[in-house]
Amino acid sequence: MDKLYLDHVSYVYSAGTPFEQKALDDVTLAIRGGCITGIIGHTGSGKSTMMQLLNGLAKPSSGKVLLDGYDINCDVNDVLEEWKKLPEYSGMSPRSAKKAIAAKIKKTRAKLCFRVGLVMQYPEYQLFEETVSRDIAFGPRNMGLAEEEIRQRVLEAAAFTDIGEDLLEKSPFDLSGGQKRRVALAGVIAMRPEVLVLDEPAAGLDPLGRTFIFEGIRNYQRKTGSTVLIVSHSMEDMARYCDDVIVMSGARVIRQGSREEVFAHVDELAETGLDIPQITHLMQLLRARGLPLPENIYTVDEAVEALRALLGLGAK
Amino acid sequence: MKGISFGQYYPADSVIHRLDPRFKVILTILYIVCTFLCKSLVGFAALTLSALVLIFISRIPLRIVLRSVRPLLMIIGFTFIINIFWSRGEQLITPEGWPIRIYAEGIWNAVYMFLRIFALITGTGIFLTYTTTPMDLTDAIESLLTPLKKLHVPVHVFAMMMSITLRFIPTLTEETEKIMNAQKARGANFTSGSLMQRAKALIPILIPLFVSAINRAVELSNAMECRCYHGGDGRTRLNVLRCNGRDWASLAIVVLFGAGILLLNGVGIGYTLG
Ligand SMILES: Nc1ncnc2c1ncn2[C@@H]1O[C@H](COP(=O)(O)OP(=O)(O)O)[C@@H](O)[C@H]1O
Ligand SMILES: [Mg+2]
Repeated sequence: MDKLYLDHVSYVYSAGTPFEQKALDDVTLAIRGGCITGIIGHTGSGKSTMMQLLNGLAKPSSGKVLLDGYDINCDVNDVLEEWKKLPEYSGMSPRSAKKAIAAKIKKTRAKLCFRVGLVMQYPEYQLFEETVSRDIAFGPRNMGLAEEEIRQRVLEAAAFTDIGEDLLEKSPFDLSGGQKRRVALAGVIAMRPEVLVLDEPAAGLDPLGRTFIFEGIRNYQRKTGSTVLIVSHSMEDMARYCDDVIVMSGARVIRQGSREEVFAHVDELAETGLDIPQITHLMQLLRARGLPLPENIYTVDEAVEALRALLGLGAK
Repeated sequence: MKGISFGQYYPADSVIHRLDPRFKVILTILYIVCTFLCKSLVGFAALTLSALVLIFISRIPLRIVLRSVRPLLMIIGFTFIINIFWSRGEQLITPEGWPIRIYAEGIWNAVYMFLRIFALITGTGIFLTYTTTPMDLTDAIESLLTPLKKLHVPVHVFAMMMSITLRFIPTLTEETEKIMNAQKARGANFTSGSLMQRAKALIPILIPLFVSAINRAVELSNAMECRCYHGGDGRTRLNVLRCNGRDWASLAIVVLFGAGILLLNGVGIGYTLG
């Protein structure tokens, strides 16, 4: 089963006013569990809106968001008939069964943000504690974990995001932009979400800062086997880190599939004003001229390898 | 910005939208005076009609205007009831000997009061809040208060403070929403728990909000200084307020309307307020 499934989801801002704005228009998509999915699209194509639907921060105007097949916004009345048959509720009177089901839904919903961790765009503004470690601990503390466990998780999250011991006791307001970003990311990773959603995690960072962030995310994904969604403008980053890619344009999903499948449609991407990685494009052009190069080349290193192999020079 | 305006400004293309905001402020005051001049049945009929005509001309949907009346329904209802039960007069409607005595005058008073409040809300709404952006309004107020500069009242500073405040209300609202969402995503709970717990739950919102507001203020003042802002002296405007024939015509219409109301007060149909 797909980890996340959006079923004909639409989202409208300020519905019924002159400022009405359709941010998502009948979006249906599936996100595989246990891999990194990239979401690209221009500013205003609805990416951030979609991310906020995934952890229940916003409710779709219509359509369903399914996490492991469970409709995260389900209402008692929608599921009553089906759930009543479950052994848990079988002995109950209809009224108390309904009450129990409603309570269960509420509880599931309250826990949703711990299962689907969302790192918002420019998350550094969310820092507020006296020290970095206390800020990272905010999420785990809200989960009601024991102090020892919290400490453990803070250290773990700091390790994933490459935050040194010396930083942990500093004030988050004294850090550099890139460091703040990593602290914010650690604050979500510390909840050990099974789905980690990142909205433009590297926006506005220098190349080194970008690498730190993406490597941290990839480490987390590899170690925990969780599902990761990354929103980004940068095709190069998408190509390097993502398994699947979703392309959005004008409130719609215009293409989804594996990285190879999506990048094979250069023309279509170019039409929406998005570029595939330059090196990939170069390799495609060379292939079109008849050089027997593999299709899935996304980094310069890979290209060098392929060309060396082609020229019979062997690996470096 | 996302084209979201704050307040109740309702974008539309109407004559009233295009009036000079200074005139609109004056028109509003005159219209309020008109509502209080009204005394007779015919006068109130004219007043109500004028309010409806205003809504029609401004091209603002009736339901939007009515929506702004809704929060005041309590007060209107309350005055209505008080008027009915506490007014004294000559024409007793309830039979002699009842504990509750309702007079015809009381009912007239209540109805007139209702119509007056309706016209007041519609008038200020149509002339000011719905058709004038907050920025235009500040400009208009600054311009109208210019004579006070002679008395060394820092009119420009007040106007600048007001427009900066107005400008940043939507920004800060948006910011608050963003911060709340970010903390909710980390499991913060603002809606349950004891009063103390809820107050504490606000800390993760307030601290980032203050930090960002202060940063913004610093950035803004830097940006203003970089552009050589040094107060209002000798400063010219990008959008100069200009009045034209249409503005004067509307002023004349409202003044004539007030005169008409005064004349209609003499028509002795129905009940006339004392
Ligand atoms: N809070 C909001 N209120 C009204 N409209 C919004 C709001 N947030 C986003 N929008 C609008 O929804 C559309 C999608 O925005 P968003 O999801 O932020 O896109 P992206 O993240 O791809 O840049 C845009 O047209 C934007 O103007
Ligand atoms: Mg966005």
